[in-house]
Amino acid sequence: MALKIVKGSIDRMFDKNLQDLVRGIRNHKEDEAKYISTCIDEIKQELKQDNIAVKANAVCKLTYLQMLGYDVSWAAFNIVEVMSSSKFTYKRIGYLAASQCFHESTDVIMLTTNQIRKDLSSPNQYDTGVALTGLSCFVTPDLARDLANDIMTLMSHTKPYIRKKAVLIMYKVFLKYPESLRPAFPRLKEKLEDPDPGVQSAAVNVICELARRNPKNYLSLAPLFFKLMTSSTNNWVLIKIIKLVSCFCVVKYLGLLAMSKILKTHPKSVQSHKDLILQCLDDKDESIRLRALDLLYGMVSKKNLMEIVKKLMLHVDKAEGTTYRDELLTKIIDICSQSNYQYITNFEWYISILVELTRLEGTRHGHLIASQMLDVAIRVKAIRIFAVAQMATLLDNAHLLTGNMQRNGICEVLYAAAWICGEFSEHLENPMQTLEAMLRPKVATLPGHIQAVYVQNAAKLFSTVLKSQEGSTEGTAAQETSQLMIDRLPLFVQSANLEVQERASCILQLVKYIQKLQQKEVEVAEEVSALFAGELNPVAPKAQKKVPVPEGLDLDAWINEPPSESESEDEQPKAIFAKEEPKHSRSRHTEVDEKELARRREARKQEQANNPFYIKASPSSQKVYQESPGVEHIPVVQIDLTVPLKVPGLPMSDQYLKLEEERRQKERADKKKKEKKKRKEKRSGRGRRHDSGPESEEDITPAHMVDIVTEEMPEMCLTLNHKVCDIQGNLQDGSQVVVSVIFENKCDSLLKSMEFNVLDSLNSKLQRPEGSGPHDGFTVPFQLPPGVSNEARLVFTVQSIVMPQKMKGTLTFIVKNEDSSIHEKLDFKLHFTCTSYLITTPCYSDAFAKLLESGDLKCSSVRLEEVNMPFHHLLARICFHHHFSVVERIDSCASMYSRSIQGHHVCLLVKTSGQTVSIDAKCDEPTLLGNVLDEIKQTFSQC
Amino acid sequence: MMRFMLLFSRQGKLRLQKWYTATAERDKKKMVRDLMQIVLARKPKMCSFLEWRDLKIVYKRYASLYFCCAVEEQDNELITLEVIHRFVELLDKYFGSVCELDIIFNFEKAYFILDEFLMGGEIQDTSKKSVLKAIEQSDLLQEEDESPRSVLEEMGLA
Repeated sequence: MALKIVKGSIDRMFDKNLQDLVRGIRNHKEDEAKYISTCIDEIKQELKQDNIAVKANAVCKLTYLQMLGYDVSWAAFNIVEVMSSSKFTYKRIGYLAASQCFHESTDVIMLTTNQIRKDLSSPNQYDTGVALTGLSCFVTPDLARDLANDIMTLMSHTKPYIRKKAVLIMYKVFLKYPESLRPAFPRLKEKLEDPDPGVQSAAVNVICELARRNPKNYLSLAPLFFKLMTSSTNNWVLIKIIKLVSCFCVVKYLGLLAMSKILKTHPKSVQSHKDLILQCLDDKDESIRLRALDLLYGMVSKKNLMEIVKKLMLHVDKAEGTTYRDELLTKIIDICSQSNYQYITNFEWYISILVELTRLEGTRHGHLIASQMLDVAIRVKAIRIFAVAQMATLLDNAHLLTGNMQRNGICEVLYAAAWICGEFSEHLENPMQTLEAMLRPKVATLPGHIQAVYVQNAAKLFSTVLKSQEGSTEGTAAQETSQLMIDRLPLFVQSANLEVQERASCILQLVKYIQKLQQKEVEVAEEVSALFAGELNPVAPKAQKKVPVPEGLDLDAWINEPPSESESEDEQPKAIFAKEEPKHSRSRHTEVDEKELARRREARKQEQANNPFYIKASPSSQKVYQESPGVEHIPVVQIDLTVPLKVPGLPMSDQYLKLEEERRQKERADKKKKEKKKRKEKRSGRGRRHDSGPESEEDITPAHMVDIVTEEMPEMCLTLNHKVCDIQGNLQDGSQVVVSVIFENKCDSLLKSMEFNVLDSLNSKLQRPEGSGPHDGFTVPFQLPPGVSNEARLVFTVQSIVMPQKMKGTLTFIVKNEDSSIHEKLDFKLHFTCTSYLITTPCYSDAFAKLLESGDLKCSSVRLEEVNMPFHHLLARICFHHHFSVVERIDSCASMYSRSIQGHHVCLLVKTSGQTVSIDAKCDEPTLLGNVLDEIKQTFSQC
Repeated sequence: MMRFMLLFSRQGKLRLQKWYTATAERDKKKMVRDLMQIVLARKPKMCSFLEWRDLKIVYKRYASLYFCCAVEEQDNELITLEVIHRFVELLDKYFGSVCELDIIFNFEKAYFILDEFLMGGEIQDTSKKSVLKAIEQSDLLQEEDESPRSVLEEMGLA
């Protein structure tokens, strides 16, 4: 038995390991198939042995061969054997092989169930780990059924390493054995909140996969995912969740939400998605529609306002559900009226929009429309004629609006309509008709405050009508109008609403008086219209500030000294005038004093408000302002109004849109012409820049060469007594090597008649002058005075350059002193290193890659220990001493290249970690490569 | 879920393959061949994503090696690209400036790393640290298995 073991082990020592196999395959490019078939035979032999190490090695090799496309299914049972090994090393290889080779129809899988179960419950977490990893690749329905429980237990393992693997493999189990999903799901859900981020992300992955197949079943998890989404910092997980949430249709909402945030800082980038956002208005989810509306508010510009509002109006028509419709309505008004009607270029269009909006039934926002109508009519003078005409139509058709009076908020617009028609009645085309419309009995069903406005404005209209009728020839018409008033007003006098009653009776008495005068044929129109004379001007909200304080009025002075005690300590100080007009504050007041005073004043106001016996004063000071400087000085808000076009016929907002588009197209056409010119100019400018482009690039390029050291030849020194000869190897193409020898005279005498001779070898020969024999020397064509150096060039013919060479030589010369001359001899050796056959040749990285890929280079490597220098010094040294150039350098890794005089490519891959440098090299001449590497090694061993 | 991952060289030599669904050998071979042909024919500036059969292919070239993943239709291509990159980073950390030869000669190590990073076609752990730690620990375990026995022991003489 022992002998058997020994035999097995010895065999093993001579076995190929994986590295040998790989290397072998790479070395047998021509007869790969044949080589591999012998390898497979060897592997078969190895598998027959009892030694598990040998088997594992064989299985490892098989796995490699399997990848190359060879059938290894015959070894399935051996794989199971290796999987069953108690040693992790072999088990790991076994499971790897199984995961690569097994599939559902591999019959030996049945045999693995118990082994896997055993490994799953192993005390060593890495045993469990490899089992889970392997199982994930080849799990079958049978295995899933048999092992589901074991894996489920592992989901609650104490080690996160096991938990995450168990969670992930559950997905595979679910796929193969769907019945396991129900019992396992609660535990899986728990894992979403696992403290370990790895387990958490695994759970997210699995649930995302499940949910993708059937999103509806996982909707209940949406809040949990939302929580993860807001709390997780793991981008990998976030991407998964967002992908999942998009199955739940929430992502649109989030997109819009994000856009609204972006809008604040980068409005332009959002504006380009206008159409997309408008599409969201069609979404069936109301919250998405509302979000989109919010966005639109910030997106409008003068250009797109009409278009956007048109789209919104379409939605108003389609909208179901009053809440959303009301929201649309307020948004339309908000959008249009924002920043003081900044984006409205055509107010006629806007009035038409408002009028169209009155057709909405059951809206709560009638007052909003009304206030807009009033605001625009008052502030935009140019629009009044148009507005009045529209309002008159509204009043005429009031019955259409007020289908159901009590619930219908839209009747509020009648308030505005009546007021506008009354106030600006001079613009009415047919005031009589409007007057009649306002005095219809049905008006009495309107809310009180509207009736009051009706009555008051009927009076205004009455005065206008009188004026026109009195001017005409028929005097009776005016009397008839008065009669109409007298007939209709009593209805309002009976109104339950006090204000209506009061106004109606007042006006009724007035009209009766007028009628009396009319009967006496007195012209009353002038006097009646005097009642309502004067124009109403819009006042800016901040106009008050601009009214100068009359001289002698000190707003901060107390009229009565304040009471000494102050009760409500926690009252917020609220300075009304002090802040606005700080220059009027008296100098003796300090900051604190002012605050204190303001606080006290507030307290006093509170007190007064609570005191029933205190008669509140009318703001007398304001009256003073109005009287003294005059109304003209009050600043008026001007609205920039650009050419509102009068549209014939019934004004519809759409028509404006068309007109606007036409106008813009025209503008655009004009602009284009201008732009074309500009572009032409630009283009020519750009052309010039292009020309200069390459120049500047060239300027930059030197920066890339930082790491490359300029080439220089190594030196070989020879010393003899006081004289030194430098021999510098210089190389030329082909088989010729030029050696430049520097002669330096270091003694005090003249050197002359120098003769240089070397002993030729088979490989290398000195090229001698024509006509001289093979053993003649080369006469150096100069003399050397003391301290002078000179150079001579010698040409050698070299056959093979793969090996370094040494050549022996002698230099004979005469040393000439003042009185004597001595013949001397100097022996030397010329050392031709392999490096000296290399020529620094630059190489581009892609050419380099091509070279490496070509596959006809042999590789070799060397390790340098304890190299204590920065990486770039190291590279510089290789470049300098060994004639390489750096192709590419990435961090601590660099590729280098050089070329021999005979065209051999030498490629290096230099890596460093700590003090160890590894050099992987490739060359098409292995001997040369080996020698070059030795020389490199030597260079670094010397330093 | 990722269906499979392939690593192959510019010359069309397969360097690594990982199948996350059990596939018959013949189908694997055909798919690998087809896919390599398609990917290798693509020019450098072309998109890293392509649709192939019912799958999405995401590939990226690192030096002479193509990393190529097949994911399902609903999967995110960008995250797959990240997965590839993360795998390369892991290899790089483990081998120290990884190159193709590292993967050829230590192909089982490359598999072990991949198995710690992805499992069953899903990301197992996004943390480089914890993946490398797991590998380190397993390697240590392997060395323990091997080291205590001297050559003599091994030969049954001690």
